[in-house]
Amino acid sequence: MDIHALQQIVHKTRDVRRKQTIPKFSPADRDQLIHKYHPDFRASAYRPIKFGPNEGDKTVVELATLLEGDSSIQDNADLTPQYSCDVLVIGGGGAGCAAALHAHGSGVKTILATKLRLGDSNSVMAQGGMQISVAPEDSPVTHFIDTLKGGHMENDHALLKVMVEDGPSIAKWLLELGVLFDRQADGNLHVKKGGGSSKPRLLTCSDYTGLEIMRVLKDEVINQKIQLLEFAAAVELLSDGQGACSGAIFRDLDNQRHVVVAAKSVILATGGIGRLHIQGFPTSNHYGATGDGLCLAYRMGAKLAHVDTFQYHPSGAVYPEQLIGALVTEGIRSEGGHLVNAKGDRFVNELDTRDVVSSSIIRECEEGRGIRTMSGRVGVWLDTPLLDAEHGPGTVEKHFPAMMMQFERFGIDISKDPVLIYPTLHYQNGGVKIDTNSETNVKNLFVAGEASGGLHGRNRLMGNSLLDLMVFGKRSGLTAAGRAKSMKHGSLTLGHVRQFRAEAKRHGNASGVISPMILPAYTRKV
Amino acid sequence: MAQEDVNVIDQPEVMKPRMVTIEIAGKKVDVPEGITVVKAMWYAGMDVVRGVGCLGGFCGACATYYRTKDDPKVRTCLACQMAVQDGMSFTMMPPFPARKATYEIQHLQDPKQDLFNLYPEAPLCRNCNACTEACPQKIDVREGVWKAVFGDFKSVSEMFMDCVMCGMCTPVCIADIAPNLVALYVSRAQGAHFTDKPVGLDARIKEIQDGRYNDEWNKILKMNEKELAEHCATVK
Repeated sequence: MDIHALQQIVHKTRDVRRKQTIPKFSPADRDQLIHKYHPDFRASAYRPIKFGPNEGDKTVVELATLLEGDSSIQDNADLTPQYSCDVLVIGGGGAGCAAALHAHGSGVKTILATKLRLGDSNSVMAQGGMQISVAPEDSPVTHFIDTLKGGHMENDHALLKVMVEDGPSIAKWLLELGVLFDRQADGNLHVKKGGGSSKPRLLTCSDYTGLEIMRVLKDEVINQKIQLLEFAAAVELLSDGQGACSGAIFRDLDNQRHVVVAAKSVILATGGIGRLHIQGFPTSNHYGATGDGLCLAYRMGAKLAHVDTFQYHPSGAVYPEQLIGALVTEGIRSEGGHLVNAKGDRFVNELDTRDVVSSSIIRECEEGRGIRTMSGRVGVWLDTPLLDAEHGPGTVEKHFPAMMMQFERFGIDISKDPVLIYPTLHYQNGGVKIDTNSETNVKNLFVAGEASGGLHGRNRLMGNSLLDLMVFGKRSGLTAAGRAKSMKHGSLTLGHVRQFRAEAKRHGNASGVISPMILPAYTRKV
Repeated sequence: MAQEDVNVIDQPEVMKPRMVTIEIAGKKVDVPEGITVVKAMWYAGMDVVRGVGCLGGFCGACATYYRTKDDPKVRTCLACQMAVQDGMSFTMMPPFPARKATYEIQHLQDPKQDLFNLYPEAPLCRNCNACTEACPQKIDVREGVWKAVFGDFKSVSEMFMDCVMCGMCTPVCIADIAPNLVALYVSRAQGAHFTDKPVGLDARIKEIQDGRYNDEWNKILKMNEKELAEHCATVK
C-alpha cells in the first residue's frame, strides 16, 4: 500500500491516544519481555570465547571471532619508534579529545592518533543530550539510582559514583570552552527528561548536542597544538616485557606503512562495535565502529566486562531505504512522541528504558502488528506530528532541526507524517574493564568511553554516554599525565602477541581472521 | 498472515531496482537508482577511506560536489545523505587548505574585536552569496559572516548550530574567508564570554565538594543487593 494510506491510522488515532497513559512494566514483566524479545537473549547468536582473559565467557559470534583473531604484525617487525610521547591517545571522538586535552593541559607531550579524521566518531552524532544532575530537585545520588536501575543493577558502583559526581564540573568545563547548552529564561541550564530517568537531567544543544560538543573539543585540540596522527589505524599495542603497555603500532591508511609510537601510557578511546552488524542489525554507528580497541586490549591481557550485552536503540529508521539504521533521536519520545503499531495502538510507555522499548517493538513486529517494507524490513510508527499537535505548530522543526533536515532530503516531512522505526544496533554496553582512573588490569593501558565496560551495567541509560566520555576521558588523561612525570619509557616488545599466538595454537589456532577490522568491507567485489 | 499483508509499504524501487548511469569523478558507472552517493562508490568497487565518517549526516567528512543531468549548476551535498539519480555526476571535495586561527578561548580580552585580528579577512565579504548557496545544511552563511563582523555573536551561534564543518563554504569564497571557522570562533566566544553563568550549576558543584550527599552515599553504598533493589524501587 501507499505509505500515506498506511500512515492514516496514526493520524486517526492520535486524539484518542493523547488521552491514554501507558503504565511502565513491573520489574517481573519487564524481565520476561526482555528475555523473550531482546536480541541479547538470542542464544544462537552467542558462543563462548575460546581463550584469552575472558575464556569461556559468552559473547556474540562476530565479536568472539575478532577477539580470537590474529595480529597483522609479524613477530619480528621493526619496532623502531617514529614518534615518542608521554601519553598516546588512540581515538578522536569525545573520550579521545577529552583525554588528550587533559593530558596536554597537565604539561606532558601528548599525541592523538585516529584512524579517520579528528572527530569522526559516534560522539558527533549524539542527539539526545548529556545527563548531569544540575536541577535543584535532582541530585548525583538520584542520577546514580536511575542509572543503576537502567543497567539492571549490574553497574560497577565505584565507576558510576565517580561519573555522576564529576558530571557538574564537566558541564562547567564545557561551558568555559564555549559549548552552548540550552538555557532556561533565568540563565540556568535547561534540562529535559530522558528515558528511564526519574528527573529531567538531559543537557542539550537542540538536537545537536554531540555535534556542538565535538565542534568545540576538536577546535580546542587544534588550538592547543596537540600532535595529531590522522588516518592512522592502531593495529597492535606494544608491551614493555613486564606486562605493561609501552606504545602502539599504526597503519597509515594513506600509504599502508607502519608507524611505531613509543608512549609511557596509552589511552584507548576507540569506541564501539556497531559496524560489526551483529545479528544482522543495521546500525546507527559511524564508519569506524569496528571494536578495534577491544581486540587490541584483549590481546594484551586486558579483561573485558559485560561483553554479552549490547544496546539496540529503539528508534532506527526503517524507511526510506537510504536512512536504514540511522537514528531517530530519543528526544522525540522525551517530548511525548508515541510509538504506534499497525492497528493504531500504543504498546509501551515510550519513556521506559531502551532495552524495554526495543523489546516491545520487536514483540509487536514478531506478533504481526508491524508495518513491513518491500525490502523485507519491518517497523512501527513513531508519531512525530503529535509533537506539533501537543506543543503547537513548529515544535518539531524548532526542537529537532537535524531530524527534520535528514528526512526532508528524501522528501519526508516528519512534522506532518509519522516515521517508521525499528531497533538499530547502537551501543556496546560492556567493554574493557577499568578502574575509577580508567586504567585496565594492564599497567599503563587506559580505556575511556564506549570501549570501556562496567559503568553502564547491562543497559546504558540515555544521555549517560556523553558524560561517560568526558568523565573518563578526563580521568584517564590526568592519571596518565600525572604518572608520566615520574617514569621512563618502557622497552618496545611484541611479547604479548607471541604469547597470544601460542595460546591460540593450543586452542586449535585463531579464528582465521586478522583483527582489528579497522573498516567494514562495504566495497562490492566486482 | 492475510491481515499483515495489508501493512506493506509500496517500494517499487526496491522490488525492481532500476540501474542508472552516473559519473563518479568523471568515470561512468551503472548503479541502482536511489542508493546514497557513498553507497554508489562502494557499489562501483571503490574503497573509500578519506571521505566517510559518521554516515549519519553530522560529521561533514563526505562533502561532495554534484550536478544533475543537463543542469549546468554544480551543487553540494553530504555523500551519505544524497540519493543518486540517472545522469548525475559527482566528485568528493578534497580536504581544503583553509587557514584556521588558533586562540586561547578563555583568555580573550575583547572577543568581538579579536575577531578582526584572528580573521582579518572576515570583513572583506563581497556579498556574492556563494557560501550560502554552497551550504548543504541550508545555513544563511553570508548573513552569518556579516552578523559576526557587526558583533551579533548570539545570532551567529544560533544560525550555525546546524553547521557540520564540511567546509564547502570555503573554496567558493572570493574573499578567502572560511565562514565555518569564523562562525566556530564566534560561537565559542559567545558561549565562553557572552552567556550568563548558570548559578544552579555552581551551587551543585559546591554541594558535592562540601560533602552534602555523603550521608546518602554512605547509606546506599552499604546496602546489600536486596536492600539496594528495594531502595531503587522507591525512586520514581
